[in-house]
Amino acid sequence: MDKPLRVLIAKPGLDGHDRGAKVIVRALRDAGFEVIYTGIRQTPEMIAAAAMQEDVDAVGLSLLSGAHLTLFPAICKELKKKGLKDVLVFGGGIIPDEDIPVLKKAGVDGVFGPGTPLQTIVDYLKGKLAVAQ
Amino acid sequence: MELVKRVRRGDHAAASRSLSIVVNDEKDSEILAKEFFKASGSAQKVGVSGPPGVGKSTLTGRLIGRYRADKLKVGVLMVDPSSSISGGAFLGDRLRVMEHATDKGVFIRSLASRGMIGGLTYAIFGAIHVLETLGCDKILIETVGTGQDEVEIASVADTVLYVTTPSMGDEIQAMKAGAMEIGDIFVVNKADLAGKDKAIADLKAALGLGHSAGQAVKAWEPPVLAASAKNGEGIPELVRELDGHWKHLKASGEGRRRLKLQHATELQFWIQRRVIKSALERVTDKILEDMVLRKTDPASIGRKLLKA
Repeated sequence: MDKPLRVLIAKPGLDGHDRGAKVIVRALRDAGFEVIYTGIRQTPEMIAAAAMQEDVDAVGLSLLSGAHLTLFPAICKELKKKGLKDVLVFGGGIIPDEDIPVLKKAGVDGVFGPGTPLQTIVDYLKGKLAVAQ
Repeated sequence: MELVKRVRRGDHAAASRSLSIVVNDEKDSEILAKEFFKASGSAQKVGVSGPPGVGKSTLTGRLIGRYRADKLKVGVLMVDPSSSISGGAFLGDRLRVMEHATDKGVFIRSLASRGMIGGLTYAIFGAIHVLETLGCDKILIETVGTGQDEVEIASVADTVLYVTTPSMGDEIQAMKAGAMEIGDIFVVNKADLAGKDKAIADLKAALGLGHSAGQAVKAWEPPVLAASAKNGEGIPELVRELDGHWKHLKASGEGRRRLKLQHATELQFWIQRRVIKSALERVTDKILEDMVLRKTDPASIGRKLLKA
């Protein structure tokens, strides 16, 4: 059976600008993914627990407040603590170019800035997750 | 088998992996499912059903809170619809219960309906048995937002909680056959909005019409309650009724009757998945082309597909 890929979309931290996250959710749903959205203002612990219970293939993080250097690595750490070493982590939001290498080193595999075509993200996920399976 | 042992010990990661194996029908799923079935059968399975947007998820969150206050272990399965076009799904119920995300006594899993009509998914029983093996005392099963005709939950859950709101229509709507018949407990949610008393009166009137027509009083008369999942009003009373129904099921023959109905349904779902679905998956464009050309007919090709 061809099983749909599962993705968790989460918004850590304190900003409430979730339009971007919702656009991604919608695009992934239309591309055949099963998408779980956990809403705004989530702690790294909450996101990691949800990712574990939902047994997702990938976790997408959206953040526009500027706290990505703190929160994204914290989430990667929590995921590893829960034994989720194979989950693909990607993120987006207002993220300066110079921060991208830092995030990648912390375990964020892909970083997508404003204006990224939705198809790019869909293709990225399908490519990465097909290899993983 | 190691996985089953870990689930029995209450390991959430093992339960999560098991759920995927069973739901996706991955390798060894049948061997595992057998073990999970053996370990199941003691938790109260509460179905939460009702139209979209009446507050099923938020109410489920409140019920989790009440059960946790009594130190009960709670498993939650939340079903949302799969797209018939893309096969994808937006599983948005979990968002309403995130306050319980890090509670180790709560395990929540979102499921997509994956082609099943009726408010659930064919894999629902497999998922329930994993949570029973995990040691959950209460299992809450939230259906897809239903219309008037989705009644499958009644043959999956022990107790059906039917959720409605003050603005879902008059007594005539409540008199219709279908979803309104399957509730063991009715709750008018959003009781903080205007119109709750009228809604309760309409529901009670519709449910009570049988008596005025001379029907015997039932062993369990479905209570109608008001609640507000938003501010917590009516939740303790609701849990009391849920407990009362569970006691009623155990004390009367109804519990055993329902369990048998559940097993019959589980068997039906199994056959649906293995036989019917797999036959349908073998319908090719070539077959349809042959039908257009009248080279074959539904009965002939249907028999062939079922045998293959």
